[in-house]
Amino acid sequence: MLIPDNLKYTKEHEWVKADGGTAIIGITDYAQQELGDVVFVELPGVGESVEQMKAFGTIEAVKAVSDIFSPLTGKITEVNTQLESSPGIMNEDPYGEGWIIKIEISNPSEVDKLLSPADYKELVGE
Amino acid sequence: MPEKLIFEISKKGKAGATLPHSEVPSLNPSDYLEEHLLRKNEIGLPEVSEVEAMRHFVNLSTKNHHVDKGFYPLGSCTMKYNPKINEKIAMMDGFSGLHPLSPPDCSQGALQIMRELDQYLCEIGGMDAVTLQPAAGAHGELTGLLIIRAHHIKNGNPRKKVLIPDSSHGTNPASINFAGYEPIQIQSGEGGLVDLARLETALNPEVAAIMITNPNTLGLFEKDILKVSELAHRYGVQMYMDGANLNACMGIVRPGDVGFDVVHFNLHKTFSTPHGGGGPGSGPVGVKAHLKPYLPLPVIEEKEGKLSLNYDRPESIGKIQAFWGAFGVMVKAYTYIRMLGAEGLKKTSEDAVLNANYLYALIKEYYDLGYPGTPMHEFVVSGLRYRNKGVKTLDIAKRLLDFGYHAPTIYFPLIVSEALMIEPTETESKDSIEDYARVLIEIAREAETNPQKLHDAPFNTPVRRLDERKAATDLILTWKDLKKNAK
Repeated sequence: MLIPDNLKYTKEHEWVKADGGTAIIGITDYAQQELGDVVFVELPGVGESVEQMKAFGTIEAVKAVSDIFSPLTGKITEVNTQLESSPGIMNEDPYGEGWIIKIEISNPSEVDKLLSPADYKELVGE
Repeated sequence: MPEKLIFEISKKGKAGATLPHSEVPSLNPSDYLEEHLLRKNEIGLPEVSEVEAMRHFVNLSTKNHHVDKGFYPLGSCTMKYNPKINEKIAMMDGFSGLHPLSPPDCSQGALQIMRELDQYLCEIGGMDAVTLQPAAGAHGELTGLLIIRAHHIKNGNPRKKVLIPDSSHGTNPASINFAGYEPIQIQSGEGGLVDLARLETALNPEVAAIMITNPNTLGLFEKDILKVSELAHRYGVQMYMDGANLNACMGIVRPGDVGFDVVHFNLHKTFSTPHGGGGPGSGPVGVKAHLKPYLPLPVIEEKEGKLSLNYDRPESIGKIQAFWGAFGVMVKAYTYIRMLGAEGLKKTSEDAVLNANYLYALIKEYYDLGYPGTPMHEFVVSGLRYRNKGVKTLDIAKRLLDFGYHAPTIYFPLIVSEALMIEPTETESKDSIEDYARVLIEIAREAETNPQKLHDAPFNTPVRRLDERKAATDLILTWKDLKKNAK
């Protein structure tokens, strides 16, 4: 299972790539494996606000439907609309092509409270 | 090889019957009908001979798995054998030929069946009144919640939330939303049961109801149910029981006696009528006396020895179903109850619990129980220990098909990872349970020694491993869709 070293994680199995004032958000390799084939992703719109640990979208997979929680508070600047037509990229490349949203971070101190790769590894029992 | 569609067998001009020459002259529709009423395209029905039609459908039916063909331990679905006498009675002319709009004077027999069935369900559920109308379990949930809503509105405040344990059926939160409430999930305690401390913090006067399945979806009996009822009722919170698992407790514990105010029954599960593609459901709802005024319209009443339909009930939630419900299913469930009697129903539940526990005991060295405890009529095990071999529960389920068995319910409940939910039901013999255990153990061994085989399974089915994403996203549901796609 892939847990890249340059990312931060949540216990709800999202990853964050924070870079200055912006962050890219997606779900982890573990999450996509647990969900199985993703068949539909409900996405928010650009300009909408997200709040830390509040749901901002839904992933429908063959096994279950699951909320996507925002690891950080902020404003959405970009949405991966490719997920609408090819939701399978979330399974194939969860840390790359399968990213979900980009946001402008409102509260940088929240980033420090996210899980480190080592913490996340422990959480998923790797 | 996939079976051809009947449209693909079709040849122009073929027919299943030869009609005699008609003495009535044929007419030209356009002389009599307006332009917009005339069909412009071909009707597009398949044209085949009788023997082709017969073979086509018989061949299709042999590819199907059903409870008359083999063991079907699909957890939570209670796929018990459906005694054929149920069908025989339901097919009697007086029942099957009865028009739903026959006036009560001409349908006293049917009304009597319905009235007696609702009395039996009251007795089994410990309830004071029953509506037979809901079309299936989830419809029963919605009906029950709307009744609860009407009750709270009558008391001045509809309230806002409905509590559900995290092991609840997926239909529960959906029904809650439909009824205009917000579902609030309560995390299960360590033992897989409702956590009383968490429940207590979640309870307040804004909570309309709590929906509990008992035994729960882990197959465990909520042993603190009396305490749960007492806590809920302190706040006027109504206790709703999802009766999906009633097969574990008929004649042993009555929902009404442990504090439930509303319960729905799945006639198609507990009371043996074909379901899951085999026939329609039926989800009657039972209520305690204080909720009786809100039952859907109409209710059957007896006056001077005659049964009638009463619509004059101002507090009713209204009509929730065209006509009266799935009448054929009611006749079958009625027959089942009468054939078994009180003692037989109790024995049914005892045997269902015994069979599940026997099967679990046979396989427990190979599959881990999702939560500790003594299961009731079904149990949930996890295939997690085979994950390090790269084997998932899905692979185990697919491999089971090779042995002519239906797979159990998988990946539910969500709180057990790699879940397999197994419900053998009371109608299986000791031999068939032992053989299923033997197969589950053989597959567990294959997971250790030959995981690739499980990835490649199934081998013996009409089609091999299906692309589940494609099945969910690229929907081709009709012959027209297929033709359109081919273009």
